[in-house]
Amino acid sequence: MSKRIEVSDLNVYYGDFLAVEGVSLEIAPRSVTAFIGPSGCGKSTFLRTLNRMHEVIAGARVEGSVLLDGEDLYAQGVDPVLVRRQIGMVFQRPNPFPTMSIRENVLAGVLLNNARMSKSDQDGLVERSLRGANLWNEVKDRLNLPGSGLSGGQQQRLCIARAIAVSPDVVLMDEPCSALDPISTLAIEDLIEELKQEYTIVIVTHNMQQAARVSDRTAFFNIAGTGKPGRLIEYDDTTQIFSNPSVQATEDYVSGRFG
Amino acid sequence: MTAVVARGQASSLAAGRLPRWSTWVTLLAAMVVSAVVFALINMGSDASDFNVAGMLVVGALLYIVTIYVLSRLSESPRHAIDRFVTALVTSAFIIAIIPLVSLLYTVVSSGIERLDAEYFSSSMRGVVGAGGGAIHAIWGTILITLAATIISVPIGLMTSIYLVEYGGRGRIAKAITFFVDVMTGIPSIVAGLFIFAMFSIFLGPGASIGIMGALSLAVLMIPVVVRSSEELLRIVPNELREAAYALGVPKWRTIVKVVLPTTIAGIMTGIMLSISRVIGETAPLLLTAGFTTSLNMNLFDGRMMTLPVFVYNQYQNQGTNPDEAVARAWAGALTLILIVMALNLAARLIARFFAPKLRG
Repeated sequence: MSKRIEVSDLNVYYGDFLAVEGVSLEIAPRSVTAFIGPSGCGKSTFLRTLNRMHEVIAGARVEGSVLLDGEDLYAQGVDPVLVRRQIGMVFQRPNPFPTMSIRENVLAGVLLNNARMSKSDQDGLVERSLRGANLWNEVKDRLNLPGSGLSGGQQQRLCIARAIAVSPDVVLMDEPCSALDPISTLAIEDLIEELKQEYTIVIVTHNMQQAARVSDRTAFFNIAGTGKPGRLIEYDDTTQIFSNPSVQATEDYVSGRFG
Repeated sequence: MTAVVARGQASSLAAGRLPRWSTWVTLLAAMVVSAVVFALINMGSDASDFNVAGMLVVGALLYIVTIYVLSRLSESPRHAIDRFVTALVTSAFIIAIIPLVSLLYTVVSSGIERLDAEYFSSSMRGVVGAGGGAIHAIWGTILITLAATIISVPIGLMTSIYLVEYGGRGRIAKAITFFVDVMTGIPSIVAGLFIFAMFSIFLGPGASIGIMGALSLAVLMIPVVVRSSEELLRIVPNELREAAYALGVPKWRTIVKVVLPTTIAGIMTGIMLSISRVIGETAPLLLTAGFTTSLNMNLFDGRMMTLPVFVYNQYQNQGTNPDEAVARAWAGALTLILIVMALNLAARLIARFFAPKLRG
């Protein structure tokens, strides 16, 4: 259920503009990896290249390779749709489908792909996913109400339930807590801790305390200046990054001297 | 007055206020003064010559001046301008609403007379004087508009989906947008002539068939459908598309199952509005569907009557009993208004039914 990601020498372009340059890193299965760095340094862009979601943006393209357990996501003939079924994503703003109930939202990955599934299997999947996202007890009595009626934190956990319902190998999270209050953030962080048992998790965050709390390894991205490409500055164990980073820029950033 | 000023001086935040009733009392006073003036002018002649419109206009002008001066004296210049503009905007609203109300009143009062059972059950076949009905025109309007909708909605909707989801800022998308804009501006008679000329090539000159009318209406309808659904598809948040892509849903399924359901209410409203736009067209139908006095339910064979053409025809060829013909024309106009109103109501109900539910 959980796979290793190896990225080697990855460049990301928007048209002619080089947004991220020369990133190589390895993400171990069943771990939490945090990407930190100042705004605009390309960490979200890089995260999107891990499941080819950057292709949604016109003109975005990639050089280099991303291996998922040895399979190149950018090899000839790879279908991005199939890639995304293995690598799920949770976005910055909770985005449940407004036309669907809570139950349908959880089942969205199944229903939208027209997969056949018996009613009892669906019920099982809904309960399992919602329990996995720590939301079951709050919504079990109102599964048929619209998902957009939930609070922001509940919506975000609904989105996580929706992402894990298609049983991906990897879950990418793009600043999942930046639109949430501290209590909902805590709930999501606890959830990430639990999800780690089964999934490989990559999280982009602006909140360094959050990176320190939830992640096993941390990657620090930075840019030299406006218009310059983002680069991976340092990638190491989280404790190492926050206590004894080897690069000065990392130390400046984590100690709050800039960014 | 002095009390107001004294209060104004007591606090730097308080300003004098005219009492609440002052608006209505001033309006009434202005109207009374105006009425007295016009009554004096009208003194010598008959009471029925009394100039009501003139009285209202002069009364309104008098009110605007009075309330401005009063407010300027006892309140502040800002309040005075506020009252002045309020009066101006209200008068503009009333002026705009007068023709509407008058039109509705005229159509209803003249049309209701012939809105009877015979009107809805018989055609004009063999009728030259009194009696007769518009069943053939009602069916013709319904069938032709329905056919036009069936033709233009899929084309229009798919065009807008192409423009929003696939075209991007490419050359084809730009060209389509340009031509849709041009099509929006086509005079309706040109659409009729186009279809007429096209069918003349195949069927010889002078062909008049119901489907030709439907096609010419479709030419007018497609750009409206494209425009309205394009706007609506554009406001669907990208986050929803991304959410679906991230679940491994292919693009076309995302469009069909996420994007369209999210905005279906608005698209329905847009379609209904485009129907209302073409259902009253006369000129292209006159050229293409022609006119007839008998009921024809076959879109693909022979002429078909429609309500706008029926109204035109009853007025133009009044037969042996002109009063009856004109009464039928009014009834036809009223029927058309009722159909459009029913469509608008249906659109609202559909929009409410399909709208994304925000809370349970």
